[in-house]
Amino acid sequence: MICPGGVVYNLICLSPTVIVVRAKIETKMGLTKKILAGDVSAAARLISGLEDETPDALDEMSHLYPHTGKAYVVGITGSPGAGKSTLTSNLIGHFRTQAMTVGVIAVDPTSAFTGGAILGDRIRMQEHGADKGVFIRSLATRGWVGGLARATLGVIRVMDALGKDIILVETVGSGQIEIDITRAADSTVVVLMPGAGDEIQMMKAGILEAADIFVINKADRGGADALKTNLETMLMMKTQSAGTWQPGIVLTEAIYDRGTVELAAEIFRHREHLTAHGELAKRRKARVKLELMETLESYLKDYIHDIDKGDYLENFVDALSEGKTDPLSATREITSRLAGDLCRRHDDK
Amino acid sequence: MAQRKSKIKVLLAQFPLESHNRGIITVAGMLKDAGMEVVLIGNDLPERIIETAIQEDADVVGISTYCGGELALGADLMKSAAEKGIKESTVFLLGGIFPPHNMARLKELGFSATFLAADRAEIVSCIQKAVAEKKSSAQSGAA
Repeated sequence: MICPGGVVYNLICLSPTVIVVRAKIETKMGLTKKILAGDVSAAARLISGLEDETPDALDEMSHLYPHTGKAYVVGITGSPGAGKSTLTSNLIGHFRTQAMTVGVIAVDPTSAFTGGAILGDRIRMQEHGADKGVFIRSLATRGWVGGLARATLGVIRVMDALGKDIILVETVGSGQIEIDITRAADSTVVVLMPGAGDEIQMMKAGILEAADIFVINKADRGGADALKTNLETMLMMKTQSAGTWQPGIVLTEAIYDRGTVELAAEIFRHREHLTAHGELAKRRKARVKLELMETLESYLKDYIHDIDKGDYLENFVDALSEGKTDPLSATREITSRLAGDLCRRHDDK
Repeated sequence: MAQRKSKIKVLLAQFPLESHNRGIITVAGMLKDAGMEVVLIGNDLPERIIETAIQEDADVVGISTYCGGELALGADLMKSAAEKGIKESTVFLLGGIFPPHNMARLKELGFSATFLAADRAEIVSCIQKAVAEKKSSAQSGAA
């Protein structure tokens, strides 16, 4: 719905019975200009649009995109209760003393049963809540698997455009296969704690293979040294070639802010390694590819939803029920029509 | 183009001196079960609660109160919300234990609703209604 003044409102169905107007998104680069000027509420609104995947927000990203690519992205992952949020808060504090600005994306899970979510990471970071150099945003996964929210890559771009030097991305509590973070981040920190498994757990496939830096948090607890030995053994068993990054292991006690400086130093050591070996550019290229694929998927999905209007699909359903066609043949027919629609739409633009 | 479903986002907080948190945790669980996204930040100062609401783009700010001071701190909260330009677009709620005769004053300050003892259905439907009203008035205001 377009209203006077160039403001577009998105009518979004909240539940089958309640329709609300969500986030008004200003068009024609309005938000991008404000975000580049450091406007926090403009950034927050664009992020909401990305979470809702509104077409306006996706359009706005085209304007924002050229102004991004400067921030360094650090992923923080690990099992629930390992201390990710408290460590993140400590890192914010440390980076601020180094005169760096910080963006934080804190992801927590959406309930598969009710669609609701408790976003409780921020409570550990609230001491930085009023710091103008810090922007913290909580995201719910909204059904997206892999340990992140679907909008994460876009939100990283928004915080980057807002001028944040370092962006910390805290994943949902995870442990084995939630490795999306390794594709979103330049450096991935995996947070472990004593008492959570033996060396067989260490050897399993998954996030441990992808860690750039290991943190053993709650290091004051018994078993921290044994965990470190297990980790070192596992790392030694990996085949190494010259110039390969050897993940560091940092012991921390996040609740007392111990080990933070060492962890930050390890993150920067990794950044230097990536830069020196041309790895950073490679990682970022992989991320851009992922972004392209996600945008493509999201874009096409909109058209697929549009197909199910009127009785267009019903005709296929009838033909399928009568055994006159099969799902793959129907799909081929539908996609050739989609291709035609897309070409016409692009010509209109 | 197809529109997707959006969610109501609620920020729940307490003023600095509150020490009871059973209420805020119970309500957070209720709202999660009603399909809302709840950002829980615990105790904080009014202006920092508002700064957080802006960063989170919250539709609703809910305050849990037990130990008094709701009028003074509620006024600070609203002043800060007005200064930052989110007073009109955000739903403000307050619940807990406070003198019932303060309800009228809290409404005057800008709280959409206040609760003493309330059940889940009452809180959830109040939020859904208030959010829908804010959005539709924002729409007609700009049109």
